[in-house]
Amino acid sequence: MKKQLFLGDEAIAQAAIDAGLSGVYSYPGTPSTEITEYIQNSPTAQKRGIYSKWCSNEKTAVETALGMSYAGKRTLSCMKHVGLNVAADAFMNVAMSGINGGMIIVTADDPSMHSSQNEQDNRTYGNFAMLPIFEPSNQQEAYDMIYEGYDWSEKWGYPILFRITTRMAHSRAGVQTREPKVQNPIRLEKDAPMKYILLPVIARQRFKALLKKQKEFLQASETSKYNQLFGLSDSLDNENMNAAHKKCRLGIVACGIAFNYLRENYPDGFENPVLKISQYPLPRKQLFQLTEACDEILVLEDGYPVVEEQLKGYLGIGLKIHGRLDGTLPRDGELTPDSVRKALGMEVASYYQTPAVVESRPPALCAGCGHRDVYEALNEVLREYEGAKVFSDIGCYTLGALPPFRAIDSCIDMGASITMAKGAAEAGIFPSVAVIGDSTFTHSGMTGLLDCVNANANVLIIISDNETTGMTGGQESAATGRIHSICKGIGVSPEHLLEIVPLKKNYEEMKKIIRKEIEYQGVSVIVPCRECIQTHARKAKAKNKNN
Amino acid sequence: MKTDIILAGVGGQGILSIAAVIGKAALEADLYMKQSEVHGMSQRGGDVQSHLRISDQPVASDLIPLGSADIIISLEPMETLRHLHYLKKDGWVVTNSKPYENISNYPEMEKLLEEYNRLPNKVILNTEQIAKDLGTPRSGNVVLLGSASPYIGIDFAKLESGIRQIFERKGQEIVEMNLNALRAGKKCAVEH
Repeated sequence: MKKQLFLGDEAIAQAAIDAGLSGVYSYPGTPSTEITEYIQNSPTAQKRGIYSKWCSNEKTAVETALGMSYAGKRTLSCMKHVGLNVAADAFMNVAMSGINGGMIIVTADDPSMHSSQNEQDNRTYGNFAMLPIFEPSNQQEAYDMIYEGYDWSEKWGYPILFRITTRMAHSRAGVQTREPKVQNPIRLEKDAPMKYILLPVIARQRFKALLKKQKEFLQASETSKYNQLFGLSDSLDNENMNAAHKKCRLGIVACGIAFNYLRENYPDGFENPVLKISQYPLPRKQLFQLTEACDEILVLEDGYPVVEEQLKGYLGIGLKIHGRLDGTLPRDGELTPDSVRKALGMEVASYYQTPAVVESRPPALCAGCGHRDVYEALNEVLREYEGAKVFSDIGCYTLGALPPFRAIDSCIDMGASITMAKGAAEAGIFPSVAVIGDSTFTHSGMTGLLDCVNANANVLIIISDNETTGMTGGQESAATGRIHSICKGIGVSPEHLLEIVPLKKNYEEMKKIIRKEIEYQGVSVIVPCRECIQTHARKAKAKNKNN
Repeated sequence: MKTDIILAGVGGQGILSIAAVIGKAALEADLYMKQSEVHGMSQRGGDVQSHLRISDQPVASDLIPLGSADIIISLEPMETLRHLHYLKKDGWVVTNSKPYENISNYPEMEKLLEEYNRLPNKVILNTEQIAKDLGTPRSGNVVLLGSASPYIGIDFAKLESGIRQIFERKGQEIVEMNLNALRAGKKCAVEH
């Protein structure tokens, strides 16, 4: 079969389809979004009846995936790194229960924060949950490791955490696909029906089971073809080593795509022993071989110094380990072929420099976007109040932080606008305003609104409704057309639950409403509602084409 | 052969379409390739870039090392310069000369041209105008690809085939329009 050009995300999606997937459960988030979108648009996936609708958030996604796995079918759940924080409760406990049908959870980490608020490394979560982690080094491995991963997951009875980073997610390469497998039928477990009931008495047994399983996970890592030792012969096991064999100054551990940057710098073959790691827990046997043969170890890994810390230990006495902790590599930001080159002691040279005349060009809200109108009206009203604070959230409207608006004072995590506004109001801030989008509201804002209603907090909440999940490219929003009724159901007083169309011609009315609701001592919700101009234009284009 | 290409522009200008055409052409020529691109937040009118690497040997890194790009293809004259630290000494720069001014402090064109004067190998063309003159104002990115075609190490016929594959589903008319744009771009670059 001819190779196909796939983004890392697309390779994962195609592999899951080919491995007999029955459902993908995700919430959009850069750089993970394209995995689920690929499955949504795949004719094969449609033919196979693979469920692929977006979920309200990452927690509902992982839980729903577990439900499908419970029934014996293969399932996938994809999210950006911070999404796993939202799903962490489900994630930690699915490690306790274990699974039935194969289950893979993809975390797309974003070192360098191309499109995120932090660069947390979710291999930490994998270690925390004591689950196997797969971290492919290239698009072909991403395909192969997903394709084979489902068999492993079912054999072990545990989910796999599949870790990629932005560079893998959004880079294309030729990928060879494999024979599609048949989907699992409903197939319930006969002998372990209690494992999903995590009452303490059962949970204690399940934890012992998870601890016992670690040996199997480790064996799989040590025999994995994705963990490879270069430059040391395989027969060299540690019993046969002695001081006389210590001949290499430096051994290199390269995790995931860091391996590519290493190879880039040694086009004619490595000069040092190298251990490539793409499957965790860390392969002890190979690490022993490497450390026995080398005086010092350099660890190359994208994200946090997770492996480096494990090898070094807290006190750092013992092995001499270089990496992000001792300054051999920068502590933050994604790796590049150049940072790796420098760490290897080779020269990095640019002939030209970026001239000083080049100005930065930050992203901005689109011309004609409804969020613009919301911020313009809001800014004008808030100029009348000294001490007004605007707590915002994750989405396109976060760009309201930049000129010309400079309209917001915070952006922390999904849903934090409403709850921070409540806390600030209770501390005495007035006016305390929250600005949140419709998709972020249904993801994590609704419970915060309930807190506000229960406390009768003196807040104005603006749900800037563009009827889509805009920042990630215009995916379906969970409650389009139902934001008003959700707020009403949560208990917002109907007199203080107002809708408006954010357009220039409505400015005076918008300002009047905003002013009035600021003055109201209690919970007000204003829903400026106008479709995202990007999705609007796309729909108009599709309609023209069909006519 | 091995060509490392930096594609640059402003979100929405169409650098990913250029990348897609080169990608198809590279696959057809049985070459290895990796192409790293930008999605998400930076697409909203911010600067965007893509690293495209094609070679007859497997490609290791998704990113091009500093100082080693063979060519910068850019849809915007200031964005070209943003990536100069990637260009190798005798590398080529092929750029659209028409500024995309969505920031208030956009530099004066003369200042930009001064920087271009220091570069040994360059093609500076108003590809937007060429596209307009062809009667297909939205094909500026394909004109630019045509202008870069002598320097990327892939047969022109393979690029034409790439155009056919990428635009096939939009109909024969669109395919012809883009082939025209590609050829016009090449002609202008050669005569440049």
